[in-house]
Amino acid sequence: MNFDAIIEALPSYIGGVGVTLQLLVAALLLGLVIALPMGVARASDNPWLSKPVWVFTYVIRGTPMLVQLFLIYYGLAQFELVRESALWPLLSQAWFCAVLTFTLNTAGYTAEIIAGAMRATPYGEIEAANSLGMPRWKVLTRILLPSAMRRALPAYSNEVIFMLHGTSLASVVTVIDLTGAAREMNSRSYLPFEAFLTAAVFYLAMTFSLVAMFHFAEKRWLGHLAPRKSAPLIATSVPI
Amino acid sequence: MKISMRNLCLPVMLLAVFVSVASVNADAQTKKLRLGVEGAYPPFSELGPDGKLKGWEIDIANALCKEMKADCTLVQLSFDGMIPALQSRKIDAVIASMSITEERKRAVDFSDRYYKTPARFVVKNGVKLDISPAGLKGKRIGVQRATIYDRFLADQFKDVQVVRYGKQDEVYLDLASGRIDAALQDVVAAQEGFLKTPQGKNFGFVGPSYEDPKYFGEGAGAALRKGDTALREDFNRAIAAIRANGVYKKIQDAYFNFDIYGVAPAAPAAAATTAPAKK
Amino acid sequence: MLHGFLPALLEGTLTTLSVALASLAIAVVLGLVGAAAKLSRIPFVRGVAMAYTTIVRGVPDLVLMLLIFFGGQIAVNALAAKFGFEGYVDIDPYVAGVATIGFIFGAYLTETFRGALIAIHAGQREAGLAFGMSRAQVFRRITLPQMIRFAIPGFTNNWLVLVKSTAIVSVIGLTDMMHSAGMAAGATREPFTFYLAAGVIYLAITSLSMLGLGALERSVSVGLRRAA
Repeated sequence: MNFDAIIEALPSYIGGVGVTLQLLVAALLLGLVIALPMGVARASDNPWLSKPVWVFTYVIRGTPMLVQLFLIYYGLAQFELVRESALWPLLSQAWFCAVLTFTLNTAGYTAEIIAGAMRATPYGEIEAANSLGMPRWKVLTRILLPSAMRRALPAYSNEVIFMLHGTSLASVVTVIDLTGAAREMNSRSYLPFEAFLTAAVFYLAMTFSLVAMFHFAEKRWLGHLAPRKSAPLIATSVPI
Repeated sequence: MKISMRNLCLPVMLLAVFVSVASVNADAQTKKLRLGVEGAYPPFSELGPDGKLKGWEIDIANALCKEMKADCTLVQLSFDGMIPALQSRKIDAVIASMSITEERKRAVDFSDRYYKTPARFVVKNGVKLDISPAGLKGKRIGVQRATIYDRFLADQFKDVQVVRYGKQDEVYLDLASGRIDAALQDVVAAQEGFLKTPQGKNFGFVGPSYEDPKYFGEGAGAALRKGDTALREDFNRAIAAIRANGVYKKIQDAYFNFDIYGVAPAAPAAAATTAPAKK
Repeated sequence: MLHGFLPALLEGTLTTLSVALASLAIAVVLGLVGAAAKLSRIPFVRGVAMAYTTIVRGVPDLVLMLLIFFGGQIAVNALAAKFGFEGYVDIDPYVAGVATIGFIFGAYLTETFRGALIAIHAGQREAGLAFGMSRAQVFRRITLPQMIRFAIPGFTNNWLVLVKSTAIVSVIGLTDMMHSAGMAAGATREPFTFYLAAGVIYLAITSLSMLGLGALERSVSVGLRRAA
């Protein structure tokens, strides 16, 4: 194991971690902003609201993110119309295309998570709100959404981890994120173990940090749902 | 389920059956050779609409195999995976327009060259670019990852923003859409693979032809594992044979109307320009 | 419309499907072994299984693939050489790709199967043993059928993610559908057309999978009262 080569390449890896985190945060924030109204629409009884969102999430969840990325990065650039439009200064940049793809992708998955969490609201909560004479809008913002966000936390934490892993695809369209830095080192030095193991270690560190953050969040907001600290009903190690 | 010998039997057997699909190969009488090719570098090596490999280099590879009386399988791999695949014995030789350079010689052995063409920058017509390290400062130049052009830019044009792609085709796509200011690659590949296509009609070569052997090597040769002298001798004999018996010329004439074998490298920075190919 | 590249695309689709199915076979085997290991009484075995699932789920698919593809081969042959194996082990790109994806999804299936096993009340097994059934009989008659029912939702999800992951294998050069689409896109300079076609084909595969696995789930859940 050639540690000298790794140490020499560390600056580019740190830069790559920075880019990965930027991509992740941008995609998650923008995606969440879009996903909230979409999730509400998706959980709605009104088919004019839920069907269009369903089509969107169906396509997003049914196709690989790599296809979505190539369509946006290489596919859109093919058209004269796009290249002359006002959007081109943005679309011509690889990081923008990557963020756009990741945002749309996470929005699709998150909308479904939110919709699922909303549908699972115990009916009693809605009944109570209605009996208090709350208008629909208030029921939505003060009862349904907060309750759904809590319920969605475990599933959303999975989605965040998947997004972290997904950012590695940006390296396929010339963005030098963490994976990109590793590929550069590999193609320069022909030391694949050193190059990719280092990247793997950085990703593991980031994943563990995220898992720890969500663990804390779940303790804080879902503590009331944690199992009681007495003898478990179901065996945790099974003598088959 | 207890981890006992009995319970592991079935999964282990299934795994063993699967691994045995990976066959063990010993050197037989009719040599079986696995050649790594790229299939993404017209006109040397590309995929036709029917999904089959075709191109000048593919024809040369088949001719060499016929000459060596070897049973060859062409294995399609990405360019930056060629040398690792060679070292780990996935393939026995690389026929992918790989230039013979000192740096690569540290990792692999090479046969004699089978062609030699210089490198030039391609830019959009009408764009004024001063082709020098100072003139290209800050500009985005596209190259294929792990090629000699990649290495050359990284060493000699330090202030340039090098944008690396997995395939040369992707370089052309982004050059055509204006995401990069220029691209550096082989003259013939650019001519046939881009400039002569509809997308490339507003583009052209600028700047000198680069032939410095330090970066651009002594031409393209077949890369072989270090120490595989027997195979190297076979390839060299075959290359000399097809040049002597006219097979090389026949294949060359089918694609180009100039001599692609080139002359042996002279003093560094020879500024000769090759004639543009007219088919 | 596809400029004659349809045969290449279809051939790529077959490769994609065969990679996905072969990887699934390996993943199921690894998943069962892993789930059993995670539920074992021996701490060392539990530890190995936990390291396996943690590492695979903590590192992106692409990085694992690049690592196993570029580095793993060198390791395998260095190992073979150490054991005095003079010849060379010929592992073709297809086998390498399938082994990689199978290895990755074995970890995800480990969690799915483990969850399914845990969901079966311990009392059922105890009752079976009390009746004098051997451990194998208990597994075959009581555990396995119920495990299948509990595992299907997670399994469906894992299968869909696996199919979509095969797209990444094209990055390391395997000639699957993404690779064919890329070649066609490069040759015709129409990436939108071909990546759209690839997307449509993937959508077809995932839709058919969801229909099929949904029907399977309903058939093994006959009579089960559902919450929603």
